Amino acid sequence: MSEERPVGIVLVSHSAEVAASVAGLAKGLAGGAATVPVVPAGGTEDGGLGTSSELIAAAAASADRGAGVAVLTDLGSAVLTVKALLAEGDELPDGTRLVDAPFLEGAVAAVVTAAAGADLDAVEAAAAEAYGYRKV
Amino acid sequence: MLDADFFRRWMTTAAASVDREAGRLTALDSAIGDADHGSNLQRGFTAVAAALAKEAPDTPGAVLTLAGRQLISTVGGASGPLYGTLLRRTGKALGDAAEVGEEQLAAALREGVDGVMKLGGAAPGDKTMIDALVPAVDALGSGFAAARTAAEEGARATTPLQARKGRASYLGERSVGHQDPGATSSALLIAALADTAEADGE
Repeated sequence: MSEERPVGIVLVSHSAEVAASVAGLAKGLAGGAATVPVVPAGGTEDGGLGTSSELIAAAAASADRGAGVAVLTDLGSAVLTVKALLAEGDELPDGTRLVDAPFLEGAVAAVVTAAAGADLDAVEAAAAEAYGYRKV
Repeated sequence: MLDADFFRRWMTTAAASVDREAGRLTALDSAIGDADHGSNLQRGFTAVAAALAKEAPDTPGAVLTLAGRQLISTVGGASGPLYGTLLRRTGKALGDAAEVGEEQLAAALREGVDGVMKLGGAAPGDKTMIDALVPAVDALGSGFAAARTAAEEGARATTPLQARKGRASYLGERSVGHQDPGATSSALLIAALADTAEADGE
């Protein structure tokens, strides 16, 4: 996969601060990830806690460089809203995929992998593998 | 036969009912959830009523798909994609017929409820909206009033259950003894359908 067309990453959290902070952390830890679009979609449109399909759709559109978009979510309505949008068919860019991964660790793995020029399958696999990182 | 106007009135009746019961839904949700079910659905159904007034879709299927889309985009909680999927799937199953029969509606609602179960992963007995919707759809063959009764009984029957899906499932055994807010709002939606049919003399 060409490095000029990186996989986009969208981070959906109930909280705008959590989504933005995890995006910043993942980009920071990934070093040279400046070329990877990492777009947070946190909270509701009025700034409260919750999930906004408008913010998710806008984030996915802005993260899309033509190589697919990996969407990572935190809990509950974030997961269900992305699934419902994907089921709609025309709400999210072609090649958008909900990635089953832990939110923070998966985001770091996804951004690092996308920065290396990997394709969407590899980004998804790297993010999902983060479930296996043992801490003790 | 049921036309687009019938479905519009079902949605506006549901919006009025959610408006009236928002406080009760939120109170139920503060016991085992995050105390926003009433206000979330109120915002969603207010948007549904406004969109239907503005766009005036002319088939039953188009009314429900528009309503579902509004719920997905405006509710802000898990009930948005869940109710949105219910109405959209039902609407899509009704196709573009100008009028539909009760049997067609029952079959379409069955598809909608199946879509909700697939999206949320909930089964009957998990203490969710499914516990009101499945009995309602099962009873719809015997008429709208039977569906209303079945949904209300289904919602009440969630009280002794332990939640296995959604935010309430984090509470484990402490979720026992509270009626599920989602099942309660589902019973309101089915009651609004029965009210609309009764107003028509169906």
